Amino acid sequence: MSIFSVFKRKTSSQIAKDRLKILLISDRVNCSPEMMELIKNDIAQVISKYMKIDASTMEIQISKTGSLAGNGKKMPVLYANIPILDLRN
Amino acid sequence: MSEVIVVTSGKGGVGKTTTSANVGTGLAEMGKSVVLIDADIGLRNLDVVMGLENRIVYNLVDVIEGNCRLKQALIKDKRHAGLFLMPAAQTRDKNCITPGQMVKLIDSLRDQFDYIILDCPAGIEQGFQNAIAGADHAIVVTTPEVSAIRDADRIIGLLEANEIKKVDLVLNRLRQDLVRRGEMMTVDDVLDILGLPLLGVVPDDENVVIATNQGEPLVGKSSDAGQAFFNICKRLEGKEVPFKDFGKSSTIWSRFSGLFKKSLQEERA
Repeated sequence: MSIFSVFKRKTSSQIAKDRLKILLISDRVNCSPEMMELIKNDIAQVISKYMKIDASTMEIQISKTGSLAGNGKKMPVLYANIPILDLRN
Repeated sequence: MSEVIVVTSGKGGVGKTTTSANVGTGLAEMGKSVVLIDADIGLRNLDVVMGLENRIVYNLVDVIEGNCRLKQALIKDKRHAGLFLMPAAQTRDKNCITPGQMVKLIDSLRDQFDYIILDCPAGIEQGFQNAIAGADHAIVVTTPEVSAIRDADRIIGLLEANEIKKVDLVLNRLRQDLVRRGEMMTVDDVLDILGLPLLGVVPDDENVVIATNQGEPLVGKSSDAGQAFFNICKRLEGKEVPFKDFGKSSTIWSRFSGLFKKSLQEERA
């Protein structure tokens, strides 16, 4: 084991925290993995009208890092990472 | 006017019944009149934890169905004059009563007691709906584990949807040694995720097992858990009790040195 991996290593409590944060976001918005897949396909279809994208490696996820909502809590946001193969149509 | 508190968690086995028994007993020790209601119909256990299992004649379902008077189903505690238990039925299921009937039952107890404490069953179905129906205040019990916290989060959403405004958190079975090593989430981590006001932190303590074996709640005793439960009771009574320091996730140096030791051990292995 190199010295670098010693510093990079996460404690299991950190892993638990990270897993929970992602888990609770999808629990709270009541968005099933199947629905995420449907949303992903729809987004891919729309973008494909305008440019060539790599639908097989694109990713979408809901995260909590959005701006503050009215009640002071952070609003969830939908992130999409869509690799573009060719910008021209 | 009494305060109706439901003790709930979503996940089973995190300490709802233990918390109910100890909080109820602690409040009685402080001179309050308390009734503990076991709302876990079909899987009652509060009677065993309280050591009153041999005194049951009538139960909650008998009262609701009119088989007995309210007073007949209230079992007086062995040690505390102001403490009573209303046991659940063991041979019936959760669907034999409705939330409306629970509200009526609780209302008929309100003028006799300072505190009405309901021990909620695990899950989010009918039994949960029955238990929270008449409650003014909810105590969510969780442990610092991913599964328990996930379920607690779901329960908090359901309590909000059912318009229970006052919801507090009890973090049970915390192990300071694991927290210090970074192998268990800290109190702050859990509060950060669930966003509830903290009512108490109960350390993992073998005395809880011993007390349950004996059917005698340990609240107020000298053990760590006994003191933690007593502090919860004081806070419920509006007293300010500082929280003990249950170990922050370790300092940078101790974390690095700990990891370094660990990696050396692994290399040797």
